Amino acid sequence: MAVSTDPADPAPARETGAGPGHPDDADLIEAVVRRTGRDGQAAADRPSEDTLRYLPVATRPSDTGTAGDPRRSDVDEWGRSEHVRRIARRLYDPLYRYWFRVEWEGLEKIPADGGALLIANHAGAIPPDAPAIMHGIEQQLDRPVYGLADDFFRTVPVVGTLWSRAGGVPAHPDNAFRLLHDQGQLALVFPEGTKATSKTYADRYRLRRFGRGGFVEIAMRAGVPVVPIAVVGAEEAMPIVFRIGGVARALHLPYFPVTANALVLGPLGYITYFPAKLKLRVLDPVRFDVEPGLERYSRSRVMDEAEGIRATLQEALHDMLRERRSVWFG
Amino acid sequence: MGRRVLITGLDTFWGGRMAQALEVRPDVDVILGLGTKEPRVPLERTEFVRSDQKYSILSRIVRATQVDTIVHTFLETNSVGVPGRVLHEINVIGTLNLLAAAGSPGSSVRHVVVKSSTHVYGSSEHDPAWFREETPRPSPVRTRLERSLVEVEALVRDFTEDNPRLGVTVLRFANVLGTDIVTPVSHDLRRHLLPCVAGFDPLVQFVEEDDVVRALEFVTDRRIPGVFNVAGEGKLPWSEVAAIGGAVLLPLPPVWPGAFAAPLTRLGLVQFPPEMEGLARYGRGVDTGRLRASGFRYRYTSAGAVQSFARANNLRRATGSAAPEYRYEQDVEQFFRHSPAVVRGLDA
Repeated sequence: MAVSTDPADPAPARETGAGPGHPDDADLIEAVVRRTGRDGQAAADRPSEDTLRYLPVATRPSDTGTAGDPRRSDVDEWGRSEHVRRIARRLYDPLYRYWFRVEWEGLEKIPADGGALLIANHAGAIPPDAPAIMHGIEQQLDRPVYGLADDFFRTVPVVGTLWSRAGGVPAHPDNAFRLLHDQGQLALVFPEGTKATSKTYADRYRLRRFGRGGFVEIAMRAGVPVVPIAVVGAEEAMPIVFRIGGVARALHLPYFPVTANALVLGPLGYITYFPAKLKLRVLDPVRFDVEPGLERYSRSRVMDEAEGIRATLQEALHDMLRERRSVWFG
Repeated sequence: MGRRVLITGLDTFWGGRMAQALEVRPDVDVILGLGTKEPRVPLERTEFVRSDQKYSILSRIVRATQVDTIVHTFLETNSVGVPGRVLHEINVIGTLNLLAAAGSPGSSVRHVVVKSSTHVYGSSEHDPAWFREETPRPSPVRTRLERSLVEVEALVRDFTEDNPRLGVTVLRFANVLGTDIVTPVSHDLRRHLLPCVAGFDPLVQFVEEDDVVRALEFVTDRRIPGVFNVAGEGKLPWSEVAAIGGAVLLPLPPVWPGAFAAPLTRLGLVQFPPEMEGLARYGRGVDTGRLRASGFRYRYTSAGAVQSFARANNLRRATGSAAPEYRYEQDVEQFFRHSPAVVRGLDA
């Protein structure tokens, strides 16, 4: 009668409970069993792939024990692959050393561990500053840097994928927070965005607006310092002479630059930098005395802080340019 | 008194699985299953009620049976072979009727569980790497399937607001892989040809089919209300899915990949529904912290789910069946259960 407590039941023996205590239920169950049993028979006979196994989920042996690690690559949750990074570093290193002859100042100000938001000025039609900063820090401090950039990158085939494997992350506030707060990583952003890389040579070393100060808010929320980096030389590596708006719109690009490199070298100019000397100066980290983790921060405070950092960075750039004697030799 | 549970879509993969999972629980007194066809799995004590896909008879059934829990698994989350109108009837109208039945005055229902999909987040270049449950969808709705699921969730949200005395759970599942389930991705992997968009290798997430049922059972058992993402830990590149699954990537041009896939779809070589197009370009990741925080533990990671599929597939190729370790002999089991010759009450 008590169907469910049968010791021969293939399902794990149900503890004595509802079934046997209520004869009505048991009758009902048995009636149903007869019927669904017949249906089940029909289903079991049919060699269809969507016929399911009887063994209940809870008792099914887990498959994972003997299977080993299924992963085949080292691509992390952001799309970065240390393997690809290593290849990129090997290819880029000669350019870093002998073409741009990158020189750092104050690298020790970048935290050796824990999260920090690196910000820098941005320049050049295809900006050479991001790879230089990422390469330098990875070589010297031996820790990864995630470069936050415009969503536009993701839409470009091959480029988007390579950019992601090399440590690029779409600049979404959630991404930045997770990197900085949850994972204590270094993230690099250019607060000016494409407004900086699209500016012509006439506007060189004039910092654009720092967006709406979002980077300050993210650093506040994540409770990490902002470390400004002043970059000199990127402006001259691939300067824009003028832009063609119509071509940009037709190709769905943020901007279409005609660079000095392209005027000199033709199409080759779009993949060739001038050998300007890159000098980078790490400025003092800026810490915010606010409670981390809040949903919103005072708008005026955020804007003030962003403007303050922008002024410091602009001043540092002017200082470095005062000391610079040659674009090519520093 | 034990639980009285009504499951929708008993004839579908998830409804059948969920019924099997609940049948072994002693605290569940009554299991009712609604379906348009006979259930395809052997069930012991689940009562099957035939219904149309709009569930127009549902309110009568709820009133007559006094169920306290409804598990709504009958939501179409894969648009292959489902015409637009049917999709709308099943997802939107079906849910509408279900919620109407659950929320009618004097209803006995205390908890509604809805099996939704992470397709509601869409897939675009503006996405964060990890969607949290409250992250708004950054891109406009592009496919029919997504539109119907977004509409369903809006209905459920309104219902939750209007009926504060009910617990409502929405589980958003990532793409499923596993030993038995057939999805567009598993279909493609089994044919050793996984379509991709040339130049893109996005990060994707999977959840193993056992974890899907376990998650449904978990929230039903504990009556945990709220919206939860359900996906295996970690993400893996699309190319790695092909590598683990033993398939070759079939690159489609980045411009109109769906149109180029269409002739291959017609020939039955691959399945590449519209909702997979965005996924193959930008991928998707959902944060599963909330469900984890409520105590649920996954058995499989994202890569583990792909591997679970691959292992089952190897076995299937070798033996013709994914599960030779246990074969259910219906007659034998019926004998053990009902024959007077079997001495009951002995410990094994």
